[in-house]
Amino acid sequence: MNQRMLLASVEYAKPTTLEDAVRLLSAHDGARALAGGQTLTNVMKARAAAPDVLVDLNGLEELRTIARTGDGGLELGSMVTLSELIRSSEVAEARPILGEVASQIADVQVRNRGTIGGNICSNDPTNHLPPLVAALGAMMTIRGGDGERTVTADEFFLGVYMTAVGPGELLTKITIPAAAGTGDGFASVTIGIDGTCICNAAATVQDGQARIALGCVAAVPLVLTSTAEDAAVRQAVSGAELDPPSDVHASADYRRHLAEIVAVRAVQEAAA
Amino acid sequence: MIEPVRGQRISVEINGERHERDVEARRLLVHFIRDDLDLTGTHVGCDTGNCGACTVIVDGIAVKSCMMLAVQADGAKVETVEGLAPNGELHPLQQAFSSFHALQCGYCTPGMLMSAKHLLDHNPEPTDGEIKRAIQGNICRCTGYVNIVEAIAAAAKGEVK
Repeated sequence: MNQRMLLASVEYAKPTTLEDAVRLLSAHDGARALAGGQTLTNVMKARAAAPDVLVDLNGLEELRTIARTGDGGLELGSMVTLSELIRSSEVAEARPILGEVASQIADVQVRNRGTIGGNICSNDPTNHLPPLVAALGAMMTIRGGDGERTVTADEFFLGVYMTAVGPGELLTKITIPAAAGTGDGFASVTIGIDGTCICNAAATVQDGQARIALGCVAAVPLVLTSTAEDAAVRQAVSGAELDPPSDVHASADYRRHLAEIVAVRAVQEAAA
Repeated sequence: MIEPVRGQRISVEINGERHERDVEARRLLVHFIRDDLDLTGTHVGCDTGNCGACTVIVDGIAVKSCMMLAVQADGAKVETVEGLAPNGELHPLQQAFSSFHALQCGYCTPGMLMSAKHLLDHNPEPTDGEIKRAIQGNICRCTGYVNIVEAIAAAAKGEVK
């Protein structure tokens, strides 16, 4: 029998309740949550991760919901796919930037499987959604054996590929506050249209004040505040003394330059 | 209570026909389709989720079958390129690809066709821009994109002989 394989041997479970998912993640040291699989499957092929047990979250219907909160914000289940974000009328009404940015991620097939929770939990510095949720002031709810806790983006993003979601825990929902200000913006320079970001920035503007989150320049989204004028935004970014990585796509100097450009563009969009 | 398993019996409906097999948890959907079921129309191009040659439609949505486990398709309805012409009569998209010379080597074609079918299933009258974005996840190394876009547009308009 032809047994062509790419993945190392792994155990698999598909729980249908959150309790069972958390129990499975806690019970096995080498357990990993499998969300959309658009990163994890590839990482497993490359042997960059070798989980002993995959806990498939695709059976957890309660993580697939999109709801408006009482104050007009959004409560997004972590297993909402990027395509569902793009199509959601609730998202389009409350914070349309989420759908607009989701539609720039990779391609149709990846967006059909990839999830909002997976995108922020992987916390690849080039991902789109970590800076966006940081700029929007999102709160992340994490479920573990001892119950639930809710953290800010600042507390959530800990390092490259690292978040506050610990062993035996699970990101269950992302709560986005209602739009209070003028608007939201996002800008990026990518490798090809909708490709990997070389540098990106998300911004919100309220009463002439901008809150900016820069991606691709540090291990975690870097949040800055300034007034919304172009010159002030540039000064805020240059004053942050960024130490971004150099790679084949951009030197550190060029990324520093791009950070100013994308920050100004994101703030301009938010203020428009 | 569910306990992790190294493999399980799965039941998948592919192009209207139900298949039951024992598969290891690590088996990718594309290898299940190609090697277990001998439906070799679905291609493996890159194995890294970039090229889209392995695109199939699972429960109505286009996915790259090299980035999904076979066990995850348990209970699902899958459409592959073989399902486009069940009785040997070409699907309008296939006829359009032929008429517009939308392929050279043909390696990317099954994935292109499934992405195009997914587009037209959800958006029967796409603009050229929408067509280009719909095949963004499918790479053609013969670089025949112009003819591919024209073929999909013609199929959408019913202008294929």
